[in-house]
Amino acid sequence: MNLRRLVLALAAPVGAFAFSVGLSSLVLLAVGTSPMEAWTEMLSYGTRLETFVETGNRATQLYLAGVAVAIGFRMNLFNIGVEGQYVLAALLAAAAGAAVDLPPVLHVALIMAVAMAVGSAFAGVAGYLKVARGVHEVISTIMLNAIALAMVGFLLRSWLLDETDTTLNMKTPEIPPSGRFPQINGIVETFTREIGRGRELWGFLLVAIVVGVLFHVFLNRTRAGYDLRATGINPFAAEASGVDPSATVVRAMLLSGAVAGLIGLPEILGDAHKYDLGFTRGLGFAGIAVALVGRNHPGGVAVAAVLFGWLDSAAPILDVVGDTPREIVSILQGVVVLSAVVAYEVVNRIRRAAEARDAAAASGARAPA
Amino acid sequence: MTTSTVHAPTPAVELAGITKRFPGVVANDAVDLRVAEGEIHAVVGENGAGKSTLMKILYGMQAADEGTMTVGGSEVRFSSPSEAIDAGIGMVHQHFMLADQLTVLENVVLGAEPTRRGTIDRAAARRDLEDLGRSYGLDLDPDDHVETLEVGERQRVEIIKVLYRGARVLILDEPTAVLVPQEVEELFRNLRELKARGHTIIFIDHKLEEVLAIADTITVLRQGRTVATVDPSEVTAHQLAELMVGSDLPTPSTEPRADDDHVTLAIRGLSIPAAEGRPALDGIDLEVRRGEIVGVAGVEGNGQGVLVEAILGLREATGGDIALDGESISGWPVRRRREAGLGYVPEDRHRRGLLLDAPLWENAMLGHQTTAPYARGPWIDRRGARDATTDIVADFDVRTPGIDTTARALSGGNQQKLVIGREMAAGPRMLIAAHPTRGIDVGAQAAVWADLRTARADGLAVLLVSADLEELIGLADRLLVMLRGRIVAELDPATTTPMQLGGHMTGASGDGDPS
Repeated sequence: MNLRRLVLALAAPVGAFAFSVGLSSLVLLAVGTSPMEAWTEMLSYGTRLETFVETGNRATQLYLAGVAVAIGFRMNLFNIGVEGQYVLAALLAAAAGAAVDLPPVLHVALIMAVAMAVGSAFAGVAGYLKVARGVHEVISTIMLNAIALAMVGFLLRSWLLDETDTTLNMKTPEIPPSGRFPQINGIVETFTREIGRGRELWGFLLVAIVVGVLFHVFLNRTRAGYDLRATGINPFAAEASGVDPSATVVRAMLLSGAVAGLIGLPEILGDAHKYDLGFTRGLGFAGIAVALVGRNHPGGVAVAAVLFGWLDSAAPILDVVGDTPREIVSILQGVVVLSAVVAYEVVNRIRRAAEARDAAAASGARAPA
Repeated sequence: MTTSTVHAPTPAVELAGITKRFPGVVANDAVDLRVAEGEIHAVVGENGAGKSTLMKILYGMQAADEGTMTVGGSEVRFSSPSEAIDAGIGMVHQHFMLADQLTVLENVVLGAEPTRRGTIDRAAARRDLEDLGRSYGLDLDPDDHVETLEVGERQRVEIIKVLYRGARVLILDEPTAVLVPQEVEELFRNLRELKARGHTIIFIDHKLEEVLAIADTITVLRQGRTVATVDPSEVTAHQLAELMVGSDLPTPSTEPRADDDHVTLAIRGLSIPAAEGRPALDGIDLEVRRGEIVGVAGVEGNGQGVLVEAILGLREATGGDIALDGESISGWPVRRRREAGLGYVPEDRHRRGLLLDAPLWENAMLGHQTTAPYARGPWIDRRGARDATTDIVADFDVRTPGIDTTARALSGGNQQKLVIGREMAAGPRMLIAAHPTRGIDVGAQAAVWADLRTARADGLAVLLVSADLEELIGLADRLLVMLRGRIVAELDPATTTPMQLGGHMTGASGDGDPS
């Protein structure tokens, strides 16, 4: 019984990934390059310690994005606005961090609080619109994305611009050292060789792990988490059970936005120490894919984040060696998402049919003669 | 004169021995239906009697497990609605399937567009539509946008859509459910016109007066079986109601009730203004005492569902008051009412009662997720919830491989036993039970009745809404009849027959009735 569950749970993602690699190989063959060579290059570059560090950093951000999206998905809310929420939150948090001077731990805590508050408030707008005005959150969050990015452009150019900077790079003022998150190369290096110069594993990875644990505990161990899941599975039954649908929508959006606010911080606190034009965008949308592949499950999203993070980190080698276009990795990721969704549905049906058989058997076995 | 008139005419549609099983339920059990060419044939029965399943099979939406279908004398087997359409069968669904943003003309041709050199031939489409409208007296402007049309007009669009595809046999699924009386008249005029032009009409309904007014033949289904095919001129609404409900069910019964004047639920002047087409509530007064089962009878859609949702707090009342043990709960949210001891067995367990994709133990706590043994403070008490579920499964004979099985896997009867069990286990003061035995097998039905009896003996107050008249008469201490959002009669079940009850439900009674 439990073994069957485990096998079924693993069959879908593994099958989906194998299928995706196969399909991408066909694409490579079609454009006239050798798939074998491409995968070998990626594997050998991708198994270097430095690539693993890159993967960890990337996965940290993707995981936070995936969790932000998954919180919404868990109750059938499609927060497409994670993108706007995290970029705006990162900018304002970076500016706030540079504007104050506090003792080390407090300083970082303040920056995180600002980021979460901004993400939360911005997502809350969509929640409010849905509850009060019946605006579908997909529409409102897409619109709010445009607004957020426009606001970022405006603010960075005007009030938050570091005017002492003489280069062409527009950026916010630097966050002083007390507001930075330490790297954790040391933890890795106790198990491995020394990490190559210039590569740092962001300490924010630990925060992401804490967020994941909290997400799991919230979903599965708290009443509020149960209400949220119940609403996602059957909003009508949840309502009859006493769940306030409006409050749950707003709460889920606020929570999703708060996690979204953290997405940009690993980079801001661990590396850039400012918001500038080089800030990584697009993680909010990547988070949707990560959440889908991870089935909105705290552990599943982590696996998906590491997979996508590794693919992103190993892909650049394709530009350097051989003649495989690195875009093949984007194709691979896209196919993984699609085939994973299909595979989960197939597995789900198999599981349902098996369960119905067991239930029928149990019902017959104990039926009065 | 040809000789064909001498022979017995070939039926337009004949279904023989149709059987359709769903997990745990036999929706159709060897159903026979014989519809003559050019007649209006009504198929009546209670909700869950198998009418819709039968029509879905005839229209190719579902495949029968057993039995044969004959259309116009030749045996057919449809695997999709388009095959049924090709055989000249069309269906007008209860819920219209129209594109609001398109015009009447565009809706009618949608999916069957006449083309000329690869483009839609609008002129031809318009010509055909106008011909159809003229010849059947179906009055519509082809250029109106569907979103601007009244409900009755939309229904006409649906009918024309079906005719446009060449249907000779039209299935109408509860066509009057959404119409106001004047529109019903108009619809009946249209149906008679269709009949005059040789079309055959199969008409699904449970409003008996309407059926008697329009049908040439009536087939009655009950619990998935054909129980009778009758001529409307030879039956009354009362007899038809009895046929629908049946009298051969295991009769539920209760002991006389102990004297207890404590009023658990008191409702005074409860009103909800009428929404679209549906009667809401109009000054409802009712009381349920401790240890009393009050039955609410009524034809579907006369306000019983609204009453239940209003008591639960799912619908806001505009007037009146609801009190539980003397304390007004009108302003309370659903959760507070449930925590105060309001148990709820929903009319549709899949919609309001279960998280189908969650394990049983998470379903057992639904509605009680804020209280012990399911919760401790803001936390879910997993151990407590799982233990409580194990007890419910054992005490209420829920047959399942385990408490981690998802609710979806269980049969309807076992799902219902879980729902009843979790409500009873929570020790409610007041139980609102809506159609607690709908769609479950006879064994589970008897178990549910026994549970209600036991709870009543323990002092539980129960408001029992049901369409099963035997169940109401057998279990209730008092019976209330709802019609168009009002309570129109209070009856003593000891002296009431299903026939009399049916009369009150349709508003056909009151004259010379002994009660």
